[in-house]
Amino acid sequence: MIKTVYSKGKLVAKTGNEVVAEAMRQIEPDVVAAYPITPATEIVQIFSQFVADGIVKSEYVAVESEHSAMSATIGASAAGARAMTGTSSQGLSLMWEMLYIASGLRLPIVMAEVNRAISAPINIHGDQSDTMGARDAGWIQIYSENSQEAYDNMIQATRIAEKAKLPTLVTTDGFIISHCMEVVETYPDADVKAFIGKYEPERYLLDIKKPYTLGSIDLQDYYFEHRYQLAQAMRNAKNIVLDVAKDFEKTFGRKYDLCEKYMLDDAEIAIAVIGSTAGTAKVVVNELREKGIKAGLLKIRVYRPFPAEEIAKDLAHVKAVAVMDRADSCSGAFAPVYSDIVASLYASGVTNPKVVNYVYGLGGREINTGHIIGIYEMLCKIASGTEKSSNKVEYINVRIK
Amino acid sequence: MKKEERKLTAVEIPIGDIVEAETAVEFNTGSWRSERPVWNKEKCIHCLTCWISCPDSSVKIASDEKRITIVTGIDYDHCKGCGICARECPPKIKAITMEHEKK
Ligand code: SF4
Ligand code: SF4
Repeated sequence: MIKTVYSKGKLVAKTGNEVVAEAMRQIEPDVVAAYPITPATEIVQIFSQFVADGIVKSEYVAVESEHSAMSATIGASAAGARAMTGTSSQGLSLMWEMLYIASGLRLPIVMAEVNRAISAPINIHGDQSDTMGARDAGWIQIYSENSQEAYDNMIQATRIAEKAKLPTLVTTDGFIISHCMEVVETYPDADVKAFIGKYEPERYLLDIKKPYTLGSIDLQDYYFEHRYQLAQAMRNAKNIVLDVAKDFEKTFGRKYDLCEKYMLDDAEIAIAVIGSTAGTAKVVVNELREKGIKAGLLKIRVYRPFPAEEIAKDLAHVKAVAVMDRADSCSGAFAPVYSDIVASLYASGVTNPKVVNYVYGLGGREINTGHIIGIYEMLCKIASGTEKSSNKVEYINVRIK
Repeated sequence: MKKEERKLTAVEIPIGDIVEAETAVEFNTGSWRSERPVWNKEKCIHCLTCWISCPDSSVKIASDEKRITIVTGIDYDHCKGCGICARECPPKIKAITMEHEKK
């Protein structure tokens, strides 16, 4: 049975969308600008109801597209407001241009993102292609395994973004989390508000006593320095994420890290995965452990900044690793998480583990314990040397022939 | 020869493409000029149409002894010679004429 961890916590039954909207209600940003119909999920629609009912004091800006949603959020954030938005799938794609502007201007926008496939063909289901497409946009990306994490991540993201001066998106897997009802522990409004604190930007455009220009032209002589600053900010964000997690644990009792190691320390075979599939994989790990198989799991929570050294350390002793990607970068080579992990291992001098890449679950295609058992079985064979590890992307549960 | 300005480093520049206000003053847009507006003090009726029209705030103004705002000349460090002031000056007055910059 699910129990409260925080003394003043309350157990509620909510869908992922509802609980993310609940976090937004408690955070009560100054401005939320969004395009609240398809492809966005209900998150901003629920939030707009809070605004209409006078439950929050936030200014809600209903815009005509996601490009405008991000633009208005950027404007609000630059003006000095705590600003948020939410989107999904095609909506995130339409924001593409503005995503880079938000990070380039170092605006601490928080976005509630629901991972859904991108067209074509048209599909509305769970898939991480949307945020993987935004992985180089200079946004901090935090993925959630379930609704509880989504709620906790939203609260932490507000502080992370403001400290790092980087826009931050918190994601949930479409439908699997967004539309499923789960029991979640929420914390009292006052405690959430106390945790995130008051937003006091160092500089903001509406500060008429300290006027400045934001977003000017920056050619050969300074653009590179500004881009370096951004890359550096992302590197520095790792410690900020950890500091906020530490404080969150102290306050609300739930522990967070860049990655979660599940039975990994003594594991001989392991899966590395992002999002809700980590939950499914944990069930499999438990079953395998009962049979005496040393299976482990590495769940990547924070994908940007990428915890390269940490992952290399966590996986160094594992004989065979399967990296599961819920997005195919169509690179002709490998999927995004695999590429990042292999680069991290190699750069850290970790060459021991055999690492294979599995693409799964595109467009909401089922991924169940059976599929994951199959992956672990293959890892066992690779680890024992009876099977060679594949040097190309393997696909799970797709009809190829 | 002009000494080359020292370019600031990534730690020295303000983050996030912020530029301090009023830096336009430091740009000598006057060097772009191929024609210069010449203001005729005698003809001017101080209607301030040129001042309001100038995109570079290059029409100089001041208060006279009756505390009325009057035009006092052109700021040639920043006037880029677009000719808007001459064009907008009332046709019956024509207190600004554009003349070729002499080398
Ligand atoms: S020529 Fe153009 S820039 Fe110069 S004073 Fe007239 S309006 Fe201003
Ligand atoms: S527009 Fe002509 S008349 Fe009016 S203030 Fe300028 S120069 Fe003088």
